[in-house]
Amino acid sequence: MTPDLSVSIGSLTLPNPLIAASGCFGYGLEYEQVVDLSSLGGVVSKGLFMKERQGHPPPRIVETPAGMINAIGLQGIGVHRFVKEKLPRLREAGARTFVNVCGTTLDEYVEVCKVLSQAEGVSAIELNISCPNIKEGGIQFGCSLTGTFDVVSAVKKATHLPVIPKLTPNVTDVASFARAAEDAGADAVSLVNTFLAMAIDVDTRRPKITNVLGGLSGPAIRPIAVRMVWECYQLVKIPVIGMGGITDARDVIEFMLAGSTAVQIGTQNFVDPFIWSKVIAGLNDYMSRHKVAKLSDLIGAFDPTPPKAGHA
Amino acid sequence: MYHTRLMPPVDIDATVIANARLSRDYSVLSLAAPEVGKRTEPGQFVMVKPAGVTDPLLRRPFSVFEVLRNPAGEITGVSILNKRAGRSTNKLYELDAGDVVSCLGPLGLPFKPVTAPTEAWMVAGGVGLAPFATLAESLAASRTPATLFYGARTAEELFYLEFFQNLGVKLVLSTEDGGRGIKGRVTVPLEDALKTVGAAGAMVYACGPEPMLKAVAQLAARYQQRSQVSVERVMGCGLGGCYSCVVPVKHGDENANLVRSCISGPVFDGAELIWE
Repeated sequence: MTPDLSVSIGSLTLPNPLIAASGCFGYGLEYEQVVDLSSLGGVVSKGLFMKERQGHPPPRIVETPAGMINAIGLQGIGVHRFVKEKLPRLREAGARTFVNVCGTTLDEYVEVCKVLSQAEGVSAIELNISCPNIKEGGIQFGCSLTGTFDVVSAVKKATHLPVIPKLTPNVTDVASFARAAEDAGADAVSLVNTFLAMAIDVDTRRPKITNVLGGLSGPAIRPIAVRMVWECYQLVKIPVIGMGGITDARDVIEFMLAGSTAVQIGTQNFVDPFIWSKVIAGLNDYMSRHKVAKLSDLIGAFDPTPPKAGHA
Repeated sequence: MYHTRLMPPVDIDATVIANARLSRDYSVLSLAAPEVGKRTEPGQFVMVKPAGVTDPLLRRPFSVFEVLRNPAGEITGVSILNKRAGRSTNKLYELDAGDVVSCLGPLGLPFKPVTAPTEAWMVAGGVGLAPFATLAESLAASRTPATLFYGARTAEELFYLEFFQNLGVKLVLSTEDGGRGIKGRVTVPLEDALKTVGAAGAMVYACGPEPMLKAVAQLAARYQQRSQVSVERVMGCGLGGCYSCVVPVKHGDENANLVRSCISGPVFDGAELIWE
């Protein structure tokens, strides 16, 4: 029997739970030469404002232990050029396209979503209320419960598309933000965005990236992200899309056990752009060894019974 | 964007055939990656890291130095010219035959070729020699007259001179300490040559430190010659996904003027780049 890897996020059914994370996959088309975009559960675009954005001057990334700090600054082509130049080609490639929407004001979020609602080939909207790297980049919504509620409510009124706010981990209690999003009508939440971080060059005493502060991603953050997904899963009924340092199928399973319906892979795609088929093979292998017919049966199937003492 | 004729990259867990330490800082790492070698064009690069580790996590970009062949002439892999500059390059310097690295490539846009009677002038600074071994081979194959202006810190850091001589490349050497060739920067003999360039002109290819690239591009322009420069930026993915390796250009294909050096480069028309 072929294992069933499909998962559902509201009305949306994905053939598998693997989604390429925003900011880590360009506009998707860059990766056409190494991966069949239709084989992924979904592709999240780079963050888009109404207008083009230049981003921060380089250097924009620095590697840290088992991770990296980035402050790209949301360089992007703007929603109109995306709809005109990228979306038709993504449709042609069979991608299920999630568009990451940014705004400096509540009105801008609404306007970008309206443009996307009229376009063909958008599967869902991921609301970026959590980018740590730019001033006025949505984080003021993502760090306030009422701000989160207000922006999700406003966007839900403006579009028929599923709305998935992406939450920041740089708050005391991320689950309360998932709850606020749910109360406002969000169809799902995705988490975590990057952890605010910095790195100093001790020889020059200067920052390692131009923006000084940036977002930490990669395997280093995985255990914190798993904990946050688990906290959200316990508090809300809408699907949770988990991410943070996933490198292989076992990491995917861990996020699903903690309550993720689907997962996003970001930094590891830089390390290994051929990761997708390897993870799918790994999921199939896990399911046959553990006699799991439906992958979605694992969502939240974490067993909190304490582990046995002794050797791991 | 990609030329249609370029082959898509492959990712190979490549065994280290040899790691020849040329000096305290430089080594030539030879990798068993025939599929990468077969697809490589001069000026393209590979993303490399020791396999199966999270330190380093990300790969680092290296120009393909040589396309390796066996005695029968079949392509067996590629080499990279590695200079120790940080954690990752230190680890690569310490690898031995039999170790395994992840090698993704070839990536990026290659040098645009030039043919006689126009001459090809390659300008290399230090580790910037890397893309010119394969370019010199292709110039030799097309019988294009070629000169290598090659600058290094010391005479001990001038490598592979015989390789270029055997291809019929004219060598113009310079060292910062005057230990061999002209004392000083490689741009000094380059400017002397530009003053007397023939009517058919020269295409100036350059790779090396950014101030050198800027000086070469500006010199070439001053003497009405075209240039192609290979830039190096902190790079995350090599495929256009992360937007970390951007460079400012006069006519960008995407956002205003910041383009990704991994897919719109690493080779750029020297007159197109905006120098800081």
